[in-house]
Amino acid sequence: MTMKDRINKIVIYVVLTLVSITMLVPFVWMFLTAFKTVAETMQVDPFVLVPAVWQTENFGKVIAAMDFFKLYVNTLLMIALRVLCAVLTATLSGYAFARLKFKGKDFMFGMVLFQMMIPVQIFIIPQYVMVSKLHLTNSIMGLVFPGLVTAFGTFLLRQAYMGLPRDLEEAARLDGCNIPQTFLFIMAPLTKSSMVALGIFTAVFAYKDLMWPMIVCPDNNKTTLASALAKMNGQYSQKYPELMMAALIACVPMIVIYIFFQKQFIEGIATSGGKL
Amino acid sequence: MKKMTSREKNEMLWGWIFIAPTMLGLIVLNIIPIFQTIYQSFFKTGDFGKGNVFVGLANYQKVFGDTEVWQALWNTIKYAVFEVPLSVVIALILAVLLNKKMKGREVFRTIFFLPMVVAPAAIAMVWKWLYNSNFGLINNVFGIKVNWISDPNIAIISIAVIGIWSVIGYNMVLFLAGLQEVPRDYYEAASLDGANGVQQLLYITVPLISPTIFFVLVTRIIGAMQVFDLIYMIIDYNNPALKKTESLVYLFYKYSFEQSKKGYGATVIVVLLLVILLLTIVQMIGQKKWVHYE
Repeated sequence: MTMKDRINKIVIYVVLTLVSITMLVPFVWMFLTAFKTVAETMQVDPFVLVPAVWQTENFGKVIAAMDFFKLYVNTLLMIALRVLCAVLTATLSGYAFARLKFKGKDFMFGMVLFQMMIPVQIFIIPQYVMVSKLHLTNSIMGLVFPGLVTAFGTFLLRQAYMGLPRDLEEAARLDGCNIPQTFLFIMAPLTKSSMVALGIFTAVFAYKDLMWPMIVCPDNNKTTLASALAKMNGQYSQKYPELMMAALIACVPMIVIYIFFQKQFIEGIATSGGKL
Repeated sequence: MKKMTSREKNEMLWGWIFIAPTMLGLIVLNIIPIFQTIYQSFFKTGDFGKGNVFVGLANYQKVFGDTEVWQALWNTIKYAVFEVPLSVVIALILAVLLNKKMKGREVFRTIFFLPMVVAPAAIAMVWKWLYNSNFGLINNVFGIKVNWISDPNIAIISIAVIGIWSVIGYNMVLFLAGLQEVPRDYYEAASLDGANGVQQLLYITVPLISPTIFFVLVTRIIGAMQVFDLIYMIIDYNNPALKKTESLVYLFYKYSFEQSKKGYGATVIVVLLLVILLLTIVQMIGQKKWVHYE
């Protein structure tokens, strides 16, 4: 390795490390603040980085103010149902759009593509009206509602089926499998990685969504983590330790799951987004 | 017309059964609502959300004269103009740096992508605290006193910084995927010819991954034009920068759900749809000049 290569390498590592620090500081600061007293957060001279005594009671205070257990249950149920609906409906329709011949297919698929290009806010008022007419406000089904089907997932799974070899299907047909059998036993199992990608994509975006749960489930105990954070944010303007503790409780589990499955997460979110 | 064989009939039947749940859902949840929202934009919603009065194009006339809407459009564009180019350039540079066998590659990638899996609500809360003018980390570390989020002149830029921070990892992963397609020997040939790193980036990497750059630009511009969460979380009602930071989606939310003026809210969101469509069409035409497909 020449001197120039070595310097290059050092510069690259320095840049990457600086960016990493920038990415991590907000999370570290969230963590440190969550265990401070309010007085410590307002101390400028000397500036307090690490809490003198780790205030674990902030956790109790936040839990008492907001029922985080309930919020977790709501968020998880919403995510589970949305993932289930998305994977199920998109697998079926993706297969049909990729492999079956039927009249009206192009028109229907055009509708799927068209829908993907429209900003979601266009749907929100009518969807909200439907949910309130069905008396589903402040319910899990209300949270799930816009995620019952997915145009994006249909497109993603169609791509997956298009990439599979044709002879496999022909062989199954010749062996006497009918269409649902071919789909269920031969083809669907081969798209597992795309299903996982769609599942992760759906889960992460359901968890991050703020506007829909705020509109449809305004009650403290009926809403999701993200929307509960928005509510606390409005009420606790100066109590940063409690706000940071709440934010920490809301995002730590997702971060932990992400660190364990980072490869699947990155592939699921970015590469499936990139296939559009 | 030729008669269908029983096999074709069977395939047609199953085709429709398989797409039925998705199509039914999309029609009820998305396609009909598009028309309902447009229809709604021709109505004025009365007090307490009661009574829809047909007013024709009056909402659109009002929008054109409404300085708050124009300001919101301007705020949204400002946000996008800061967020999109910077996040794309930074992400592209990071992707190029990471696009080789090196120690810690996975770790860097995992760290850069991290904000993608955290709720923007939580991200906004911690940045609001970092930006705090009296006790925030940023002002204290640099020994300055800037009102990052309450100075109307810079608040939208401060929010765009959070947007950039949140999205560079995502853009970077898309670029890394695009870079896999670039043959290594191009760079070797360029190096032999004496091209330096910057020249290689500009004359080899950028043209070769221009389809990926185009895709990221189109999707990021659409995303940035819909900015809401960060602004909603960071800017309180009594923040002096409120009028200089509200985005179009923020106005849509405020009118439709906080003030129950669904007619006017619908009008604002139809305007946003038209703006996004226009921007996308301009990019589709413009791409012919700089995007190289193989």
